[in-house]
Amino acid sequence: MGERLGRLAAIAVKEVRQLSRDRLSLGMIIGIPLLQILLFGYAINLDVRHLPAGVADMANTELSRELIADAQASQVVNIRTRVASVQALERLLRDGKIAVGIYIPPDFDRRVENARRPAAQLLVDGSDPTILGIAEGLTGLSLPSRYRPAFAAAPLFAVHDDYNPEHRSAVDIVPALIGVILNFTMVLFTAIAIVRERERGNLELLITTPVSTLELMSGKILPYIVIGLVQVTLVLLVGVWLFHVPLRGSLLNLYLASLLFIAAGLSLGLFVSTLARTQFQAVQLTVFTFLPSILLSGFMFPFDGMPRFARWLGELLPLTHFVRLVRGIVLRGASLADMPADIYALLAFFAVFMALAVLNFHKRLD
Amino acid sequence: MNPDFAIRAEGLTRRFGALTAVNRVTLAIPHGQIYGFLGPNGSGKSTTIRMLCGLLKPSAGEVSVLGHAVPREAEALRHKIGYMTQRFSLYEDLSVEENLRFMARIFSLPRSARDGRLDTTLRHYRLESLARRRVVNLSGGEKQRLALAAATLHNPPLLFLDEPTSAVDPQSRRDFWDNLFTLTATGTTILVSTHYMDEAERCHRLAILDRGRLVAEGPPRALMRDIAAVVLEIETPDPHRAGELLRAEPWVGSVAQLGTRLHALVARDAVQPLEAVRRRLAAAGIEARVEQTAANLEDVFVAATGFNRGDGAAGHG
Repeated sequence: MGERLGRLAAIAVKEVRQLSRDRLSLGMIIGIPLLQILLFGYAINLDVRHLPAGVADMANTELSRELIADAQASQVVNIRTRVASVQALERLLRDGKIAVGIYIPPDFDRRVENARRPAAQLLVDGSDPTILGIAEGLTGLSLPSRYRPAFAAAPLFAVHDDYNPEHRSAVDIVPALIGVILNFTMVLFTAIAIVRERERGNLELLITTPVSTLELMSGKILPYIVIGLVQVTLVLLVGVWLFHVPLRGSLLNLYLASLLFIAAGLSLGLFVSTLARTQFQAVQLTVFTFLPSILLSGFMFPFDGMPRFARWLGELLPLTHFVRLVRGIVLRGASLADMPADIYALLAFFAVFMALAVLNFHKRLD
Repeated sequence: MNPDFAIRAEGLTRRFGALTAVNRVTLAIPHGQIYGFLGPNGSGKSTTIRMLCGLLKPSAGEVSVLGHAVPREAEALRHKIGYMTQRFSLYEDLSVEENLRFMARIFSLPRSARDGRLDTTLRHYRLESLARRRVVNLSGGEKQRLALAAATLHNPPLLFLDEPTSAVDPQSRRDFWDNLFTLTATGTTILVSTHYMDEAERCHRLAILDRGRLVAEGPPRALMRDIAAVVLEIETPDPHRAGELLRAEPWVGSVAQLGTRLHALVARDAVQPLEAVRRRLAAAGIEARVEQTAANLEDVFVAATGFNRGDGAAGHG
């Protein structure tokens, strides 16, 4: 036992030493999470605001001017140009100069009186589904209050969101982003770690020594567990400071969930490294596992809205379970005990891929 | 299997697809000696060594190393063997000392003995002044000393050295061989592969491999004495034309030019090779002095790998 731990420690110490001398890898440990959180946090902003818009106000009445002012005030659109015809509006739309066109017909005031006919038209660049969805929201814009007919019904439902009342995507995205970042870096680092030894010829020597497969694999992943936790901390700090993500659950629970997820990612990375012959193949395989994770985990699209088959696939991905755990802990203040199914899923994933990696790695060259 | 031998192999065979890299090789390697594998690139030296230390599974044949059946009991061997790979396989981004310390821990040298063993090894292999230097900055000879130091750190009774001197200068090669003899003096068995004739000559015993087959085996002196050919030295003012003439004769095995002299191998069963060569050259009007001489290892190699290939030990893929 002592000998086993000694060999495991020797591998881990050597790995840390090599890592500390590899500036590119060191940079990636900090750089990848920082870059991703800034990119996702700022750029991938699902609550689209300030869509460029154009107006063709053919009525030009007090009422129509007020409607335009309201639309501008909603901040959803940013009215940039005013044109004199619906054709001009369509041209702007086609050229991509505006994303939304507001057309107010000359008989606007009369149409308003008639509840069965829409009073005005929104021309939308439907080639971008997000914009289409957002602009459709504009149709809920009501008339200036003093013109509202007294019998107008109140909306049937009012949306009420306790956890993200301001509907900021950063709040939803940043916690899950911990998972996305770990999913990428953990798999990639371990996948490369063993393949690199193979490529540089170190493995041919190592497998003639008493070091066992399990010792080799464990020693290899040990340093990356620490690195993973450092990345969690980094994303969390940036998320709280820069994007004001609330942390409602326990920090300990969050780190425990992260630890589980890191283990799952590392085991997958080890498995990849037993399949790949070159570092290039290892990177390719990692990307291959990365894309479905992003798309099917509920990180980008609502999990319950996906087709059954996609959800079934998503359940197989560790990121799906981690996204649930982390959103539960960070946003809803849930504890791990509330979500046992996702914990078991992560544990099972780790066990299966660690076993596959150890079984698939032979202390031989053939 | 026989415990008198460090390594025994029976009918060892390894196929890679359609290629038979090692073909029914049978070996008995005694304890405490330097045993050499001589052969050109692609002759199966590395594949054989890899099978003997359990890195490759034989397609056929039996192997016993230090009494352990390989590859079945390969793990039991790990503490008893040292292996120097053909390509440098320690960590280039670590220092000399860090590499040795790593290997010491991998081989579970007791903590109390580790520092002492490390110091002795550094001194013995003249690595003291390089201890803190990163391996990537070492010369070929220095790397090779480090690799040998790492392979012997745990005092293994059996060493596998796969073309250890292919990337070093002649002085380093001589030093390296001195180190090997020091190791055998303490009872270590060494299996070393090479394609240098001078190195092969220094081995206690030698196996000559050609295209996966064992074509000759024995102590180098015996191999040179028992060569199945007559070696002739021909001194002539026109060695080029003489060479052309002799090569055209079916009974001449090979002709190599060494400066103004020709070195010819003639099959032993050819009738009076000396006379035959003299007559042939005289008939062509070439003045020449022909003498029989002792065979060297290259002659043994050429004779053993079949004549007419004429390229000696130089590689053929």
